Amino acid sequence: MAEKNKLSIICMSGDFDKAIAVFTLASGAAAVNYEVNLFFTFWGLNMIKKKSGRNFIGKGLLARIFNFLLGGRNKLPLSRLNFAGASPMLMTGLMKDRNVATLPELFQASIALGANIYACEMAMVVLGLSQDDLIPEVKKVLGVASFLEMSKGGQTLFI
Amino acid sequence: MTFVKTKLQLSKMEPGDILEILLTAGEPLENVPRSIVEHGFQVLEVTPVKDNIHKVVVKS
Repeated sequence: MAEKNKLSIICMSGDFDKAIAVFTLASGAAAVNYEVNLFFTFWGLNMIKKKSGRNFIGKGLLARIFNFLLGGRNKLPLSRLNFAGASPMLMTGLMKDRNVATLPELFQASIALGANIYACEMAMVVLGLSQDDLIPEVKKVLGVASFLEMSKGGQTLFI
Repeated sequence: MTFVKTKLQLSKMEPGDILEILLTAGEPLENVPRSIVEHGFQVLEVTPVKDNIHKVVVKS
């Protein structure tokens, strides 16, 4: 049996538009039977927090403040022209009007099509997060060496 | 995204079920039927419906 094509994405950004790029690539690749591995690190962890709003989660006061300010998947800022958080809502409205998949749709499609979700161990330690703070679809918490091993032989992107 | 939605729907269907897809001319019309066939499904017909919209009938 021929080996599957593989796409691995290191998701460092916590921006709304970059999240759209991550999940568009992930869902598109998974739809054409790629093995898709997503490694969420630092601000990227905001995309896979269990609680999608702003919540005081994490271990330690500073970490809880950080996590509250960063928020979850529903609070990702646009990387430009964020307009104090109004732009992601405006952008989502524009996408719906023009029949373009929204971030929640892309996220759900990626998961439904079997994209593998991993979280960065180092970033989780810094932000005081545990696997319980993340969505149940997170397969494993990994270090960079394990992710590099897993992504061997395929394409790796950094977003 | 059209093929993503198509693939998701086809994965929920039984063999022999029929799916109708509406898509626009241009890249979706060029790529989606081809991807459907490459993934082992059968395209029964592709017909223009109105304006820029085409109907693709697929057998799962």
